[in-house]
Amino acid sequence: MALTALGSVLSAEEGGEAVDPSKAGFVAPTSLEFAFPDIIASDGWLTKPMLQIVLSVVVVFLFFFLSARKRSMVPSRFQFAGEGIYGFIRNGVGRDVIGHGFERFVPYLVTLFAFIYVNNVMGIFPGLHFPTMSRIGFPIVLALFTWAVYNYVGMRKFGVSGYFKNMMFPPGVPKPVYILLAPIEFVSVFLVRPVTLALRLFANMFAGHLLLLVFMLGGAYMLANESLVLNFLSPFAFITAIALTFFEALIQLLQAYIFTLLTAVYIAGALAEEH
Amino acid sequence: MEGTLNLVGYGIGAAGASIGVGMVFVAYINGVARQPEARGMLQPIAFLGFALVEALALFGLVLAFVL
Repeated sequence: MALTALGSVLSAEEGGEAVDPSKAGFVAPTSLEFAFPDIIASDGWLTKPMLQIVLSVVVVFLFFFLSARKRSMVPSRFQFAGEGIYGFIRNGVGRDVIGHGFERFVPYLVTLFAFIYVNNVMGIFPGLHFPTMSRIGFPIVLALFTWAVYNYVGMRKFGVSGYFKNMMFPPGVPKPVYILLAPIEFVSVFLVRPVTLALRLFANMFAGHLLLLVFMLGGAYMLANESLVLNFLSPFAFITAIALTFFEALIQLLQAYIFTLLTAVYIAGALAEEH
Repeated sequence: MEGTLNLVGYGIGAAGASIGVGMVFVAYINGVARQPEARGMLQPIAFLGFALVEALALFGLVLAFVL
């Protein structure tokens, strides 16, 4: 009964064919685990991650909509939770990092944080078991939004040439160093920042999901094996999987917070009066 | 022996990242030890530094799989 349950877990986890646990040698999970079949015959885009994205949008909207509906002075628990999350990002990330004029960025920051966090939690949520940010396309879009926001805001405030002058020629540096510094700054702000933003979120979710897969599939393999030694050692794999699930929960929250915090830091950097 | 050179590259890259993460938290622990009231102020900075350094180690891990 446990073995058939494990078998169904195996076949549900993998996007490709199910591996019979006791016959083949252990097949380590690869990046193929992240490919999903089409649900309806679309061109490859209507898959499980796409449905999870839509679900996360609905969840985030419903959470904030329902928590802000009554707006009573003595908040209910739901309103308290929504206000807590909103206030945490507004104060800790918006006001403390961006400073003056931070209010217009708060909706974007709060939505970004909630959206990334809900999508990350789907990695350990029972039934879903897949962090949608481990498909590179989704973090790329979020990083592009952030890139567009901080560049547009900087160019609005300083003009296009003023923004580039501020970015590439920070004051307080001796003149000859500018030859080295300006290209580095340009590449760093314009090209590297969105790439590392997207890649950091993607890599954390990808690695975390892969870690969990290794220990859970390994534990299932050990439990279904003929060798009695492996059968008795399999609980350690499952215990490690449980411990890693808790660790993943922390990392998911941390990565959502880091993405939001770095967005605010880049916006503050674009708005900074250097002189 | 099986495997690719990707794994060796990731292993070498993880060495630098682990030292970096250790240094971030050494600074945080020292700061809190000298002045315990600074704990709340230093904590977001510590986590930000940790995530930035960890990102590089994870790039290595992901590229080891993907490439």
